[in-house]
Amino acid sequence: MTTQFAKPAEAYVLRLYVAGQTPKCIKAFVNLKKICEEHLVEKYQIEVIDLLENPKLAGGDQILAIPTLVRRLPEPVRKIIGDLSDTERVLVGLDLKRKK
Amino acid sequence: MIQAITKQQSGSALPLSRPQLPKAPTGIQGLDEITGGGLPKGRPTLVCGGAGCGKTLLAMEFLVRGAIEFDEPGVFMAFEETAKDLTKNVASLGFDLDGLIAEKKMVLDFVYIERSEIEETGEYDLEGLFIRLGQSIDSIGAKRVVLDTIESLFAGLPNPLILRAELRQLFRWLKDRGVTAIITGERGDNTLTRQGLEEYVSDCVIVLDHRVSDQTSSRRLRVVKYRGSTHGTNEYPFLIDEDGISVLPVTSLGLQHEVTTDRIPSGIARLDTMLGGKGFFRGSSVLVSGTAGTGKSSISAHFVDAACRRGERALYFAFEESPSQIMRNMRSIGIDFEQWVDQGLLRFQATRPAFAGLEMQLTMIHKATVNFNPQVVIVDPLNGFIIGDNMTEVKSMLTRLVDFLKTKKISSMFTQLISSGATQGTDDLAVSSMIDTWLVLRDIEVGGERNRGLYIIKSRGMAHSNQIRECLLTDRGVELCEVYIGAGGVLTGSARLAQEAQELASKLTRKQEIDRRQIELESKRRALDAQIAALRAEFEVREAEAMKIIAQEEAQATQLVQERVEMGLSRSADL
Repeated sequence: MTTQFAKPAEAYVLRLYVAGQTPKCIKAFVNLKKICEEHLVEKYQIEVIDLLENPKLAGGDQILAIPTLVRRLPEPVRKIIGDLSDTERVLVGLDLKRKK
Repeated sequence: MIQAITKQQSGSALPLSRPQLPKAPTGIQGLDEITGGGLPKGRPTLVCGGAGCGKTLLAMEFLVRGAIEFDEPGVFMAFEETAKDLTKNVASLGFDLDGLIAEKKMVLDFVYIERSEIEETGEYDLEGLFIRLGQSIDSIGAKRVVLDTIESLFAGLPNPLILRAELRQLFRWLKDRGVTAIITGERGDNTLTRQGLEEYVSDCVIVLDHRVSDQTSSRRLRVVKYRGSTHGTNEYPFLIDEDGISVLPVTSLGLQHEVTTDRIPSGIARLDTMLGGKGFFRGSSVLVSGTAGTGKSSISAHFVDAACRRGERALYFAFEESPSQIMRNMRSIGIDFEQWVDQGLLRFQATRPAFAGLEMQLTMIHKATVNFNPQVVIVDPLNGFIIGDNMTEVKSMLTRLVDFLKTKKISSMFTQLISSGATQGTDDLAVSSMIDTWLVLRDIEVGGERNRGLYIIKSRGMAHSNQIRECLLTDRGVELCEVYIGAGGVLTGSARLAQEAQELASKLTRKQEIDRRQIELESKRRALDAQIAALRAEFEVREAEAMKIIAQEEAQATQLVQERVEMGLSRSADL
């Protein structure tokens, strides 16, 4: 199965919503960093928002599930839920990989 | 009311009060009666039904009334409609959501889930939802929450197992928070809800139904389950109108109406006389049946007029004629309804019976009566409710209507058209057993004309006349007059007038005869008197003569004696 890795044209702005330091959230963060370093290299920006500290921000991005990764840039906004352990799906979600 | 019955049934005289489940009143007309006080406080209630049944509306009304009437702020978490759409949709019911939100009595939160935008990449939970909900609740101190409709989560999120686990968690979380929650769900084929939410939310389940039978639709509500409380278990019809939801509860669990002995006039003086002299009992039901054109509506018009004159309110349900037509027609018999309408004492409600199902009609009547609070109600006519073959349902509906009016001590009058072929005493609707007073208007056809007769078949609790009176519609109103029983039978109309004229003529003749005889007698007496006077005069003359002769004789006798004495003296005889 050949996969194409598209090189990102512009910087990715990613927001990871977590709720405290639960194992799922920590795992998600670790996975995210790994994926970003592998596929996005320099062109990314990660923002971690802890909803336990800032609950009002949940409404803005319509967050239901925790953890949720929101790709704010480039548009359109994409949401990826889960601890990001399924790398393939994460890449599809971030539009870094095309499904065959 | 239902709780009251339970207490009565316990029978004991112990003053121990049973702890009742705390309930959150909904403020929805009728629903609080069915549930015995409202929804279970601090617990989730499931409201399920098909599309367009009114679940969202019920939930919204629960929140809005909670905020306005019971001072319990609420959070509406919407999964299907946006906040803007919701606000617009309920504005027509008079719910000002924006105002409530501004006053911090409500929070409207739209949760947007779009399946195609979400990618699932591992383990997750719905903590975000909890946080959002918690945040909304805390921001206004909400005591009520609505989740509408939570099944959208199933459509949006890919993993049902996680979802179910989280839902279980959610309802436990809601209970811990102590908020009274309504969860709405779509009706499933075999289960109450499509996703089987009733497994998790099982403290109270209400099912809404919207069915069409005989081309008319009707809405029903049923409390399927209510843990910890008695509740009405039947299906109750409800309607949605410009004030929100109104549920019609069964009003008479037992025949426990209280009655008064007050009597109210019928508006027709001679009718009151026929009813033992004083009229109907207040709070009783009166049926006026008759064939076409016999004046049933006119009699009810008098009843209304009399009530309004006393300053009481009357509610007139018209099912055949428009209010303006009724008012015009009654003017021709001298009754002016307009003045009462202007003073706010008389209100008309006119609909065609076919417009809505029986239950809906009953609910509308119920609602109008509760809102206007009249002392007199007229239903004119009953017949429109019979459509097709629904006699049993009509009878059941009428039973409830009569019961409802009696419980409120409202005097009611129903008019009913009977077919001209029917014999006396029958009535198509078999409602006479519920009626306290039954007046019948009947055609009397004789001598080439039709006249109307009125008589009372029954009137419970009072003596009443058994006479048929002729009923005339004059421009001074309905007038009852004697029917003549002549040699040819009952006479009415022109035959009666002829008879009356004849009797008047013969009365006159008799009087003349009497006068004549009196004159005759008088002259005889005078003649006799004259005779007596003459005889007496003669007698007096004779008497005078006799007296004179007697006097003379006596004088002579005395003279004789005197002469003898003198003779003796002169002859000096020895005496």
